[in-house]
Amino acid sequence: MRDANEMWRRIPLNSNYAAAYGAKDSDVDVVAAYPITPQTPVVERIADFIANGELNAEMIHVESEHSAMSACIGAASAGARTFTATSAQGLELMHELLHIASGLRLPIVMTIASRALSAPLSIWGDYSDVINVRDTSWIILIASSAQEVYDSVIQAYKIAEDPDVLLPVMVAYDGFMMSHTYEPVYVANNSEIFKDYIPKKRSWTVLDIEKPITMGAVANPDWYYEFKYQQVVAMEKSYDAIKNADKEFGKRYGRSYGVIESYNLDGGKIGVLTYGGLFGTVMEAIDYMNKEGIKVTGIRLRLFRPFPSNDIKEFLKDLKTLIVIDRAISFGAPIEGPIAMEISALAYRESIDIPIYSYIASVGQRTTTEEDIIGIVKDAISLFERGKRVTKSIYWGVRQ
Amino acid sequence: MSNKRLLGWKSIPLGGSIVEPGNSVQRPTGDWRVFKPIINQDKCVRCLLCWIYCPEPSIYIIDRPYKTSTGREWKFSVEVDYNFCKGCGICVEECPVKAIDFVEEVR
Repeated sequence: MRDANEMWRRIPLNSNYAAAYGAKDSDVDVVAAYPITPQTPVVERIADFIANGELNAEMIHVESEHSAMSACIGAASAGARTFTATSAQGLELMHELLHIASGLRLPIVMTIASRALSAPLSIWGDYSDVINVRDTSWIILIASSAQEVYDSVIQAYKIAEDPDVLLPVMVAYDGFMMSHTYEPVYVANNSEIFKDYIPKKRSWTVLDIEKPITMGAVANPDWYYEFKYQQVVAMEKSYDAIKNADKEFGKRYGRSYGVIESYNLDGGKIGVLTYGGLFGTVMEAIDYMNKEGIKVTGIRLRLFRPFPSNDIKEFLKDLKTLIVIDRAISFGAPIEGPIAMEISALAYRESIDIPIYSYIASVGQRTTTEEDIIGIVKDAISLFERGKRVTKSIYWGVRQ
Repeated sequence: MSNKRLLGWKSIPLGGSIVEPGNSVQRPTGDWRVFKPIINQDKCVRCLLCWIYCPEPSIYIIDRPYKTSTGREWKFSVEVDYNFCKGCGICVEECPVKAIDFVEEVR
């Protein structure tokens, strides 16, 4: 616990409340949201902030997530700093608006308490929802602690409102395992400290009666392609913007994350890559395995879009094999672990010929412990040592 | 459509926004048309119902006198602006004296 006069105070928060604090300390102007488990406490807490006078913002209660994102698009078009949050079915319901938000180049920030998709109905955590919106031209960050959720929401406005980027940003984290688990989090004693980091500049094109414009016009075949290419370039440029936003955050406030995180880097030539809160379990498992004499390096994907290809490439070069643990299924894909497939494409692109083992785990929040991670690693090592390449994903722990 | 005269991705506003108001006059939409309304000045009784009904509006009152074959003298003519007429045919339907022909255009 630091002194009250200092920059930060350390309080217990779950990732939902950390997201709400992040939005408050980013001084958002408009929040439009519809409740859905496990996200609901985010917007409930923001409503508290507004009611308490801690945040001067407009809370728009809407009748669906489709309307929530529509309202955010309208508010951002009018120049407001805009926030929303959702999960699973809510993210799917707003899917078409995700494309409109990015297509209109509006710097909206949204947090996702990641949850499995129905049917059968599951309110529990996995990353099916986030993987589904991969191609919407949103920047997608995946946090692995409540502190990182808080910091990432603030960084997200820095990235989204960068004139070279102007794309919406999603900050995802595990439903329940993070959204409802309390951790100590440093939050700003006074949100004024972020005023210089994310000044309100309205760096994007906004509706203005003094200077009328049309947004959302038709683009016929002779124009549409060029507007999509603008998004391709913005996504490319965002890679540096994301790194710089994180570096500057680190310099100013003492915490930074990079686009990927490594653990036990000197450990060995076997890598385990995953994302979200499961990386904590992986780190524990790596410690256990170290004692047993099994050297493993852990890699966490913090950035999903744009894919941190250049950074992952550097890791891949030094590895003999990589195990990728996915919490979502791309049904019918050549490799059904979505991130494993992307890593495989990257390895091919960079002519890095190492066996990549794709494991699916913790789908619908099936309990996945350190023992499971150790089991996965040992299973992969045994395949690797026998020179076996597995072309299909391995469904860890599914009952036969 | 020649790509040479169109701007590239660096030179156009982000996200397809139209940043200068009132530029619709620069974009003729008449080439959407399949059928073309042609006003028969001889049959036309200058009631201007076509002018009222035209949704575009592409019916113009022209300050040009016209004398019909039966000797009736009009002080003005009524014409279609083909730069913007999309060929919806509403004027053809509404004309009380069937003075507007609707002819398929061959381009």
